[in-house]
Amino acid sequence: MAAEGKAIDALSQFELVPVLGAVGRSVGFSQANAHMLLAVGLITGLMIWGMSRRAVVPGRLQALAETAYEFVHELVVGQVGDEGKRFFPFVFSLFMFILLGNLLGLLPYAFTFTSHIAVTFALAALVIVVVTIVALAIHGTHFFSYFFPEGAPKLLAPLIIPIEIISYLSRPVSLSVRLFANMVAGHVMLKVFATFVVMIGSAAGVLGLIGAVLPLAVNVALVGFELLVAFLQAYVFAILTSIYLHDAVHLH
Amino acid sequence: MGDERDGFDRRLREARAKQGLDKPAGTAGGGLPTGPWGIGFRAGVEVVSALVVGIVIGLMLDRWLGTWPWLFLLFFVAGSAAGILNVYRLFSPRRVRPK
Repeated sequence: MAAEGKAIDALSQFELVPVLGAVGRSVGFSQANAHMLLAVGLITGLMIWGMSRRAVVPGRLQALAETAYEFVHELVVGQVGDEGKRFFPFVFSLFMFILLGNLLGLLPYAFTFTSHIAVTFALAALVIVVVTIVALAIHGTHFFSYFFPEGAPKLLAPLIIPIEIISYLSRPVSLSVRLFANMVAGHVMLKVFATFVVMIGSAAGVLGLIGAVLPLAVNVALVGFELLVAFLQAYVFAILTSIYLHDAVHLH
Repeated sequence: MGDERDGFDRRLREARAKQGLDKPAGTAGGGLPTGPWGIGFRAGVEVVSALVVGIVIGLMLDRWLGTWPWLFLLFFVAGSAAGILNVYRLFSPRRVRPK
């Protein structure tokens, strides 16, 4: 498809298309929404169905559910401390949602909703709002001392406070851009090399077919790499959320 | 899990730490991946995002107060400083949790 006209069309895969016919069009229900619902459904299914048997010796699904639970639990408690248990459901939901989004996007014909900055920024903004509310709830107005380190000369306050506020506000931006950029870059690379396979393969007979093996091999390696990135970026998102929560709970 | 508080978890952890199976807590850094590319990319994102936030704040204040381009310039500089601060925080070891 993409090779037609000898142009590499790597970005059309991120276009939103309404699904579910006329109903979907009228409410703007795109394939991104569909995949989000699918991800939520899969997570819910995994947790409910996987844990329904409550076997002492877990089966595969239960082992998967328990591994996911314990992985995130350890992450949150390790970063935030024991107070972090309160935030476990929040971080777990974020982690699983992003992980499923990244992984679902690697399936053929699937759509990666985490490759849209609107989605990742919404998640990151949610994180920062929650973190700020937590800090305000725990520390009250003392929270604002976060923007002015103790012992700094008062004269520098007009300089330090805006910089600290910008630094604080840049957190959701860097959080969302990191995830979004990783997913977009990965999928663009996959598409580019997949296009090479078609272009070279359809070029010149047997020689082209042999040559097409090379980008295909690259793509195979890339899919493996993307699996790593999918997991890693969900992990990074979760751990940074935990670090911010730690800052909110302990405030310096 | 709530009633496993008889110290078994703690003793297991100590035993595992003694055998070197677990990394001792607190030395894990940010627990973030530390490859040259990962660090480089993170630092770049931190700088750019702080700069973008600074520029956006400056532009919005300018539009509101009609002071173009002064606040933009001011917040551009502040944004760069915040970016550098972010990178500094990235590389300075995290404070040990007060217990």
